Amino acid sequence: MDWTPLFITFKLALITTGILMLIGVPLAYWLSHTTWRSKPIFETLVSMPLVLPPTVLGFYMLIAFSPNGALGSWLIETIGLKLVFSFEGLVLASVIYSLPFMVHPIQSGFSNLPPSLSEASYLLGKSKVETIFKVLIPNIKPSLISGIVLAFAHTIGEFGVVLMIGGNIPGKTQVASIAIYEEVELLNYDAANFYALVLFVLSFGILLSVYLINGGHLKGILR
Amino acid sequence: MIYVNLEKELNAVNGKMLLQVDFTLQPGDFLSIHGQSGAGKTSIFRMMAGVMATSIGYVEVSGTIWLDTKQKRSLKPQDRRIGYVFQEPALFPNMTVRKNLEYALEKGQDPAIIDRLLAIMELGDLYKQFPEVLSGGQKQRVALARALVRQPEVLLLDEPFSALDDAMRSKLQDHVLAVHQEFQLTTLMITHDISESIKMSNRVMILDNGKITKEGNPIDVFSEKKLSGKFQFTGQVLEIKKEGFLYLILILIGTNIVKIVAEEDDIKNLDIGDKILVASKAFNPIIHKISDK
Repeated sequence: MDWTPLFITFKLALITTGILMLIGVPLAYWLSHTTWRSKPIFETLVSMPLVLPPTVLGFYMLIAFSPNGALGSWLIETIGLKLVFSFEGLVLASVIYSLPFMVHPIQSGFSNLPPSLSEASYLLGKSKVETIFKVLIPNIKPSLISGIVLAFAHTIGEFGVVLMIGGNIPGKTQVASIAIYEEVELLNYDAANFYALVLFVLSFGILLSVYLINGGHLKGILR
Repeated sequence: MIYVNLEKELNAVNGKMLLQVDFTLQPGDFLSIHGQSGAGKTSIFRMMAGVMATSIGYVEVSGTIWLDTKQKRSLKPQDRRIGYVFQEPALFPNMTVRKNLEYALEKGQDPAIIDRLLAIMELGDLYKQFPEVLSGGQKQRVALARALVRQPEVLLLDEPFSALDDAMRSKLQDHVLAVHQEFQLTTLMITHDISESIKMSNRVMILDNGKITKEGNPIDVFSEKKLSGKFQFTGQVLEIKKEGFLYLILILIGTNIVKIVAEEDDIKNLDIGDKILVASKAFNPIIHKISDK
């Protein structure tokens, strides 16, 4: 049995989730605290991947990063970054595509904290950054974990966008979800079943953990 | 000395309201602020603390200017040495009682203050607990202790006892008075309770619709200088009954119900639910010890 597609899937999900944490937490904090009038536009942009067919995003990325296009050729020439039919391209597409799954739980976590918590911290002489790291983030742990788990799980479940931007290059951009499709096309049902079962069990486990966390069943562990 | 002069248009329940206050405090003063909800009491505190913007304002504390809108000068909340206790305790749920206090320490500050405050507030046994297991009164004691870690000169108390029962309230009042003296604070407290004001403060201010309507010594303000009672209580009218030519008024004072005989003139303006002052003069009360300390 070829484990490579599963390996690529998890590598992609891990890297994507890591990058999303770095982007998602500040973005979620900003969205929950900003008084900008243009906030709805940013919220809409973050949520777009929820409703947009993955092929739309994949199509535009394909056009934008094509080596024949201005941006694509500039990226290849200046920093040697090829985003079409490459693993890096998959990562970028996954980050955009899983962004709402990371941002939404964390944003609502921040919004649900009483404002008096951060005010109390400021009035004790603590800076904004110190307040965020020592008071706010530790008190939205369940939201943070939901965000991480959902972003990870959603990246594992991607199909359309990775197919468009990554193609189906075995050992490079062929993730498990695409491998299943290909094995079915080849009438190779055993292999398809293997990948499918692994994804099924894994997704079940991941989502179960989210509900356990949100239901407070793991409260003692998360202190 | 503390000078406070603030002006800001607020969105109140009945449309816009102009908050306009100007007052001075001596070091060691204990000022109670009364007023209906929405009169702007909390806004005064929030502007003094720097967590709410002011349109026009000047705040000076012991020679340091915290806010001067004319000079476009405004210290960040972090730089105003202020102890602030909110209506809800706002303890950090992820930290134990002790960690909540330690969080407030300034860089290089001697941590001995933590143990001292834990002892004064009688929190010694609870230092390892997380806030969620504490009672309302315990939480407010932690909040008060935490507000004092930085040893501020000014303490702002926004109805800190409103959610507590009478016994707890009285105990916490004693704690506040103790730290007020021990740390030589200037304290401002928002309250609805007249007896609390009389017990704790040397000055009182009544705020109505954004303006100070009365200010002075608590007894003078609340009794309007008409009476010079030997002792007096405030209470609430529960019932007015006619008994022959006289009337019997049932009054709730603290947790006790008191019956008082009154004449028709006395009850003319009284309605059930009114707050009244019960004072007595010209006779000597009996004093009877109920229990030891």
